Formats: sequence, structure tokens, C-alpha cells
Amino acid sequence: MTEKIIRLMQGNEACVEGAIAAGMRFYAGYPITPSTEIAELSAAKLPRIGGKFIQMEDEIASISAIIGASLTGYKAMTATSGPGFSLKQEGIGYAAISETPCVIVNVQRGGPSTGLPTFPAQGDIMQARWGTHGDHSIIALYPSTVREIYDTTIKAFNLAEKYRTPVILLMDEVIAHMREKIEIPNIDEVEIYNRKKPKSSPSEYLPFHVREGDIVPEMVNFGEGYRFHVTGLVHSETGFPTNDHKIAENLITRLINKIQDNVEDIVEYEEYRLEDAEKVIIAYGATARSVKSAIDSLREEGCKIGMFRPITIWPVAQKQIEEMARKVKKVSVIEMNMGQYFLEIDRIAGKYTTVNQYGRVHGELITPEEIISFIKEG
Amino acid sequence: MLRQELRLSGSGGQGLILAGIILAEAALYDGKNVVQSQSYGPEARGGASKSEVIISQAPINYPKVNKCDILLSLTQKACDKYISSLKSGGILILDSSVTKLPDRDDIKIYSIPILKTASNGLKKSMVANIVALGSIYELTKIVNRVSLERAVLNRVPRGTEELNKKALKKGFELIKNYRSKPYGEVC
Amino acid sequence: MPSQLVDKYYRTESLPHIWCPGCGNGIVTRAIVKAIDNLGLNQDDVCIVSGIGCSSRASGYLDFNTIHTTHGRALAFATGIKFANPKLHVIVITGDGDCVAIGGNHLIHTARRNIDITTIVFNNNIYGMTGGQYSPTTPTGDRGTTAPYGNIDANFDLCNLAKAAGATYVSRATVFGANMIIKQVENGIKNKGFSFIETITICPTYYGRKNKKGDSVDMITDLKEIAVNKVSYEKLSEEQRKGKIIVGELYKGKRPEYVEEYNRMVESF
Repeated sequence: MTEKIIRLMQGNEACVEGAIAAGMRFYAGYPITPSTEIAELSAAKLPRIGGKFIQMEDEIASISAIIGASLTGYKAMTATSGPGFSLKQEGIGYAAISETPCVIVNVQRGGPSTGLPTFPAQGDIMQARWGTHGDHSIIALYPSTVREIYDTTIKAFNLAEKYRTPVILLMDEVIAHMREKIEIPNIDEVEIYNRKKPKSSPSEYLPFHVREGDIVPEMVNFGEGYRFHVTGLVHSETGFPTNDHKIAENLITRLINKIQDNVEDIVEYEEYRLEDAEKVIIAYGATARSVKSAIDSLREEGCKIGMFRPITIWPVAQKQIEEMARKVKKVSVIEMNMGQYFLEIDRIAGKYTTVNQYGRVHGELITPEEIISFIKEG
Repeated sequence: MLRQELRLSGSGGQGLILAGIILAEAALYDGKNVVQSQSYGPEARGGASKSEVIISQAPINYPKVNKCDILLSLTQKACDKYISSLKSGGILILDSSVTKLPDRDDIKIYSIPILKTASNGLKKSMVANIVALGSIYELTKIVNRVSLERAVLNRVPRGTEELNKKALKKGFELIKNYRSKPYGEVC
Repeated sequence: MPSQLVDKYYRTESLPHIWCPGCGNGIVTRAIVKAIDNLGLNQDDVCIVSGIGCSSRASGYLDFNTIHTTHGRALAFATGIKFANPKLHVIVITGDGDCVAIGGNHLIHTARRNIDITTIVFNNNIYGMTGGQYSPTTPTGDRGTTAPYGNIDANFDLCNLAKAAGATYVSRATVFGANMIIKQVENGIKNKGFSFIETITICPTYYGRKNKKGDSVDMITDLKEIAVNKVSYEKLSEEQRKGKIIVGELYKGKRPEYVEEYNRMVESF
């Protein structure tokens, strides 16, 4: 076994390294702060490892190009921020209904609109969930350290392939731009999910039929002798559009259920000093780092407090949050927005305990001191 | 020290971001935990530039520098802007071109000719950041010398290794030969 | 024989098509298929990419690798497909609204890259799928449901646009001259670069009715009369040129092709 590599690495760089480790060989993007380093590093690295990089004319073109590339068999990614994420929504919906695996990175920044381009915010939580129109499920992951960016980027690709879905990687500017120690795991120890070869022959292939025991339809690549049709319209198992109401309902519920029925496989979270906690903070991404510091201080003063940190932000870890909420006196959601994840946590935990929220939208990472006084006051 | 926080400030083009990266990398070679961050966007173009480094034995959760232990300011503007963020008892390293000294008696101030050493002594103003690193090292021993040298050589452009080694040495000497007592005393 | 073409290249299970009686889209679609047949391309190696609109439904009727994308983005999807798998012959089917209104920027940049994609625009001068709104190619003064008093916008010359943006094969034909379309699609596919073929088709249901152009036969007869080749056009007086459209191969150029350039860069490492 080779020696593990320890490096000083920027968050955006870890995203590219993780993506390449996961098998990403196609990147299409458009420059936007604070995600641009992801495009720059992909441009430098991909041509040297048999991959493809293209800078498209806009954000919509970028996500369209990666969907096209994915349909030919590539693991493909695009990265953006704030205003660009709004534009990605069209493609996210298309990838969802056409069940095309792809990864969309959103390094969030202050909004709405051009907002605060170089400062952090966590204001795209609900846009990640509901940004594209129509009823659908989505997977969104939210790393908290540079190392975790590496790991969750790999996981994003694995989930995209396994569930044939777009996966959103939500990042914070703070971590995207900072450099931190990272231990790069040995590539042989990293679990990589690759697209399976179809069992069906071209003549019997139904592109949107789920075989017994499978979660998703078999995915075949363009150019491999299976001539099938892909559309953003509601379609039957044949892939051809239909206005049949029953087929429409079956399709949309299947797309939702393939994720909702597998929440336990998808959700990942961290529990921090929860053992005897009477109060719990729910936080994610960079904010969770401030929360950890705050909890350590509060614990020193005898406060029985811990943190539940979702790494999978969507689908929500409903079961775990419910169980936790039953045991504690108070749940506080701390986030760099005015209460987006709070809405979801209050829906789940509000039945069992008191839920409150501390949010800031000033473009700065919430400090441990702020959190300590919020907890003490409340 | 469990956790030390540094802020390197000056103007754009002085190589302070690279200096922060080098320092962070040296600490990493020492086996420490480390976070480096910097100013971005309009703030980072032209005008003021800032790089921050946290070095810690323990894992670093909150990754930002609010109050720092060590402040380097290569310009008057940077000094004026960040002086209030230096902790009481902290170390301020000023380039000698900064003439208006801060009105604080709870910090140690070292005024040394970093920029002049680079432009006159070494004939390359671009190595001022490495001179500054040498002085920071000599003053604080915040990282191991071997690690610092390794980090410098790892990050500077090929062909400039000797020049940068010299710059580092000049930085050490600026402190070794520092005649006057630091302004102020530790509280 | 048409029936052989249908048997070989049409997905008969996805027919009947959604197009209105008298629509010109079927003529263009058949011409594309005929060109592919003439070139002897393997169906597995052809990818048809379309956007949104009446014409873009063609992809679903044809037995190739086919994708019906989002409105205006066919060229962006096609760029991803071609770049990822250069072995595929990528053919884009799009309409006037899809290609030059919502997708105009993608057209410009795909032409600029000169990526080896053949684009066939079905220009019917109207948004048909949504019921007859004026498009960027609706002639000034003509009516649409959103131009009830006549269209005050200037209209685009699509071929000039494509040429200026960098396409290396640019041509125009009408549904009156199906053989011309076939030849142009063949040459467009053969061109190693971005090929742009504007086909003037007819929409009797919306554009025709709104502008009192008569039935399908009348509209096709009109096309016969107004279409002239470049040489004939040059000979016409200013007065005679009014209302005429130039058909034929309008531009052939040579520029580096995008995927080849990328490969060249990779080989230089």
C-alpha cells in the first residue's frame, strides 16, 4: 500500500480532486465567483488524464452539455454559484425527468441576484430542494471541511449513478476558498459506483423500464447500438412522450420514490457531543464549524449541548431528527439565512420539542461567540 | 501554543497570499493543523491584500481569524485597518516605511525594513514576502526552520530557489540584528 | 422508395406525428433521413438532437440515438454529446424560435467553435406549438397572435447570422425543393465543422391563416416563386429583389474544428 498523501488544499481544489477520483472526465462550466477555481483546475487537469473540459457560453449551456456528455457514458460535472445556480434549474429538471446522472456544484454566495459575490451565505437550501419547477426529489450534499468536500464529491457521483439523478453539492465560500490539511485516501480504498452494463439486448431494451429488483432503469449510452429516445416530456417506459395521466403519475411518483424509499442509504450525518445533550443545535457546512467551537466552550461551562450536522441536506434525515427531537428540550437551527432549513426541522421536530432559529445574512461566517450568546439567551 | 492566529496585510502584489500558503504548509510539515484564507474579489484587486493563517495542535473548527496573535503590515493603510484586530500582548511586525506607529502600548512592535531589504539588498522587490516570513520565523519560531525552508522551495517559481533562500536568511537577520527595543511592553 | 425509408428510419410505433395537415415539417424530416441514407451512415452512429417546438418533435419519430432537449438548448446538449463522443454524427433539428430566439446565443457560440455538428432549422416564421406568436423570422408587418396589429420587429437573416458567427457550411432551401434540402444536408454532414442549413417550411395553420397565405399548396407555390439562387438574384433589379429569398449553398469556409483542436492540444502534452 502506498503512503497516504497529506497536503494543504483549497476547498474548490478538493472538489476537483474528489471528482476526478470518482471518475469525472467531463466538465462544462462558466466562470463565476466563488466557484471559478473548480473550472480552472478542471481545465488544467482533465485534458491530461483523458478527460474533456469545455467552457460554455453560459450556465444553461454548461448543464446542458454535461447532460449530453453523461448520456454518452461520461461522469460529468458543472460548478456554479448563486446567480448561476438559478440558471442551472432548467437543466436540473431535465436531468431529473430524463434520469441522467450528473453533479452540480453550487458554491453559495450572498443573494438574491448578484448579491455578495465574494462572501458566504447559506441561502440556496430551498432552491436546491425546489429550484426547478414541478414535483421531484433531489439529492443535495453539504460538506463542512476540505477533506469532506473531497469525500462528498465522490459520494455525489456515486449517488448520481446509482439513482440516475442529478446530485447537488452545496458548498460554502468559506470552505471553498480556504486551504486546510487534507489526507487524500488511497484510491483503492475509495468506493466508486460505476454505471452497470445493461442485461437487456437492444431489441428488448425499454429505456425507462425498471427491472425486478432494480432501483432505476438500466442506463445505456448513446452510440452503443441501443437506439432509444430521451425527452423532458412525460414519457412511458418506451421513452416516447405521452399524455396518459396514469403513466404520468406513475413516472413522477417513481422518480420521487426512488430517492424517498432509499433515504437510509443516502443520508449521512454527524452527531457531535449528543450523548447526554438536552439542547441540540442543527447546523451544516461552515456554520457547523462555528457551532462545534461554541459547543466546546458551552460544555466547559457545564451546558449539556450537542450538534446534529446533516451532510446529506436533501433528502432530510427525518427519522434521525425525530428520534433526537424526542429526547431533547430544545433544538436550535443555526444557519446563514433567515430560516430555510429551520422550516424543515420545525416541521419534523416541532411536534416533540421547541425549535428556534438563529440566522444571519450579512455575508460573514457566524462566530462561536454569537452562537454562545444566542444559546445562553434562549 | 494551542492555537496561533496570524494576519499578513499589505497591498496587492506583495505576495502575502503566497506567504500565508507557505507558512501554512510549513506548519503542516510540522504535523500541525492549519487553515489559510485570504481576501477575495474587489477587495483583493489593487488596494489592500490580506492573508490569514491559523496554526493549531487541536483540530481547527471555526476557521476565521478575528483577533490575531501576530500581525504583519507592509503598508500604513493595512496597519491602520487591522491594528485593532491584534490581541493584547500580540506581535506587530511593521515595514519601516510605515511611519505612523499605532497608539497602543499593550503590544510589541517591530519596525524592520522588509521592502527595502528586498528591493535594495536583494534587488528583487518580489521577494519581500519571503523576507517577511524569515522575520516572522525568527521572532516567533511558529514553525520549524526546516519545514519553512522546505515550504518556501516547494512554492516559489523554479529557478528562484537560491534567491528565495537568501531572502529568508535576510529576514532572519533583520530580527537577529534588531537593535532597538520593541515599542511597548507586554501587559 | 419512400416506404423503405419509413421502414428503416422511422419509429413507426411513435407515429402518427403531431404535425397539422399540410405542415411542411414532414418534407424536411424525410429529406434529412434521405440524406443520411444516401451517405450510408450507420444508424447507431447518428445522434439526432432537437429542442422544443413543432419541428423538434421530429427526433422522437426517427430511429437513431435521439434526444428531445429543453427549449433553445439543443446545440448546447449537442456540443456535450459531440465533444464526449466524436464518433457520433450529431444532427440538430430545431425551429426558428428555438434556434435564434431562446437559443440564439448557443447558435452563435456553437458556430464560433466550429464543432462538427449539422444543424437544420425548420423555419416556419412562427411559434406553431404555442399557437401562432411572431418569431424572430416573422417578416416585419406580418401578423401573429402576439402581433395583432402587424409585427414591428425586424427579422433575422439566419444564414448571415450563422456565417458571421463562424459556421463553415451555410445553405438555404425551401420545402418546395426537397432535393435541394437532401443535397445540402448531405454536404452539411460531410463538412468537418459547424454546418447550418436553413429550410424554409410552411405553417398553414397559424402563419398561413393569420396572414391570409392560402392553403398548403398555395404556400408551397409561393415558395417556388420567391426562391431564387444566388446567380439569378444578382441579376435582379432592386425592385425585383423585394420579397425574394436566396437559396442554395451560400457559404463554405475552412477553419479548425473544435474537437480536433482539443485533441491537438492534448497530443501536444
